[in-house]
Amino acid sequence: MASIVFYLAAAVALVSGAVAVSHRNPVVNVLSLVITFFCVAVNYALLGAEFLAAAQILIYAGAILVLFLFVVMLLNAPEVKAAGDARPFQRAAGLLVACVLAAGLVLLVLAPRFPVPGVGAAGDAKTIGRLLVGPHLFAFELITVVLLTAMVGALVLVKRKH
Amino acid sequence: MWAELAVTAGKLVAIAATILTSVAVMEWVERRGAAFIQDRLGPNRVGPLGLFQPIVDAVKLLFKEDVTPEAANKWLYYLAPMISVFVALVTFIVIPFGAGDDVTVLGVPLRGLVVAPDLNVGVLYLLALSSLGVFGIVLGGWSSNNKYSLLGGLRSSAQLISYELSMTLAVLGVLMATGSLRLTDVVAYQGAHLWNFMPQAIGCLVFVTAAFAETNRLPFDLPEAENELVAGYHVEYSSMKFAAFLMSEYMNMVTASALIVTLFFGGWTFPGMGAFTGWPLFLLSLASFAVKIAFFLWLFVWVRWSLPRFRYDQLMRLGWKGLLPLAVLNLVWVSVAMVMKWI
Amino acid sequence: MPVPISHFVVLAGLLFAIGAGGVLLRRSGISILLGIELMLNAANLALIAFGRQHAQPDAQVFVFFVMAIAASEVAVGLALLVAIFRRIQSIDVDRLNILRW
Repeated sequence: MASIVFYLAAAVALVSGAVAVSHRNPVVNVLSLVITFFCVAVNYALLGAEFLAAAQILIYAGAILVLFLFVVMLLNAPEVKAAGDARPFQRAAGLLVACVLAAGLVLLVLAPRFPVPGVGAAGDAKTIGRLLVGPHLFAFELITVVLLTAMVGALVLVKRKH
Repeated sequence: MWAELAVTAGKLVAIAATILTSVAVMEWVERRGAAFIQDRLGPNRVGPLGLFQPIVDAVKLLFKEDVTPEAANKWLYYLAPMISVFVALVTFIVIPFGAGDDVTVLGVPLRGLVVAPDLNVGVLYLLALSSLGVFGIVLGGWSSNNKYSLLGGLRSSAQLISYELSMTLAVLGVLMATGSLRLTDVVAYQGAHLWNFMPQAIGCLVFVTAAFAETNRLPFDLPEAENELVAGYHVEYSSMKFAAFLMSEYMNMVTASALIVTLFFGGWTFPGMGAFTGWPLFLLSLASFAVKIAFFLWLFVWVRWSLPRFRYDQLMRLGWKGLLPLAVLNLVWVSVAMVMKWI
Repeated sequence: MPVPISHFVVLAGLLFAIGAGGVLLRRSGISILLGIELMLNAANLALIAFGRQHAQPDAQVFVFFVMAIAASEVAVGLALLVAIFRRIQSIDVDRLNILRW
């Protein structure tokens, strides 16, 4: 049962990921990325990280992609022509790099060194919470500073000078 | 295993049927309630007290001509109301409707009619789904290829994501007191202690206000206002798709009421429930849950017809400068109370 | 029979390659940012898969941090894009090849 869900989610994730980076309409790109993030959340749940699955939908699909959608709709830029019309060398090089990367990663991973997973660690909020305020407290505090900096930076960048 | 599947299917059918019926009932309550508040009669021709009015309205909407704007993006135009309805319906699988680990049907415990009772992250799941509701609105606004729709859709999504923050912080206070993300645990905690609106009154107020904003109901309904924005993001929709948007709005109201009751008003618990067990407890708890939700649905209708609409900048100012500090204050209060062992 | 961890990591690798292809092959700034997001998600998936294999919940904490960083980076990246659009009325990154306007 779990393997059916995994293969289905993996297939949908790959297809919608491919659509997300190749379709010419930016709104369709964002929406297919939403589907990809959903499938990745399903994979997190399959791996036992249910808090992160819910957080993935909340943060990525619910906030980051809404921001993308806002910018796409507000900018309403004319659709940029496909890259193939002016730079064939660049396009070939890009495709080659992507394919080599894919092949390399797949070959590297399929080497028989990975045991079948056992129970694994708990993925609920309590475990993650204890780790956040325990061993990783410093990183937690730093992340808040990073978020604040990003907020201030984004506001400064779009402020109009009068 | 087949018994479990049958019971789960039965629960799903029961919940879906109840929700859809309550949508129709809400439509009638809205129109008669509005009339009552405005000192007039309301629909009273179709059936006794106008009770068949929602059926007649649904038939009317079904038979209207389905107009699609020519330059609209067809796929997204059809997808938007579907997303709204889907998100509104799916949130019900974690809400506990009644008591009872000891009530069994076909040998399978009913677990209070919760379809997914053991979901570790129940509350987070609810918040995640409500943040997905933004997509239905913003896509509906954009795909209609109409500047009023686009403005309405963008304003509505900005409003939704602003008030989502305060809502999450208010819920956080409840979660801190309960110590678990499962909704069944939240209700059990309130059964053992005071209902959460008493120690966390500020949090309750913030949550109720944010719920009004999240469901796009007055006084926060500028994005779909008829006289300001030509009905905003659903102006280009007709017939069944428009009905789908309306249905999703009422379903969101029912979800919001269910959430308010579960998180702050004790869910299905009622005073004096220690005297009952088994089937009587289950049925009484269902009834108490229904009564509480009915009160909050009436509150939604009551506020709609009593308060004027917020202007957009007032709305955003209230969300960011008013509710968010109050929600943080509630968090501080809950932390202090927990350290001092008052909660 | 449970799904072996290597399958999850293969999926992560393929998603990463798709994202990398998107970043390298697209001219619109928004598409490049979308590709970056896809790459970050692939890395998160690999992290959680390995955390599951070694039974360490720290991987989930790392993923949490990566999500926060991704959110900040998207905010700043989109703000940059909006500022650039105000200047040159286009989001084609090929047009950003001069050092001053």
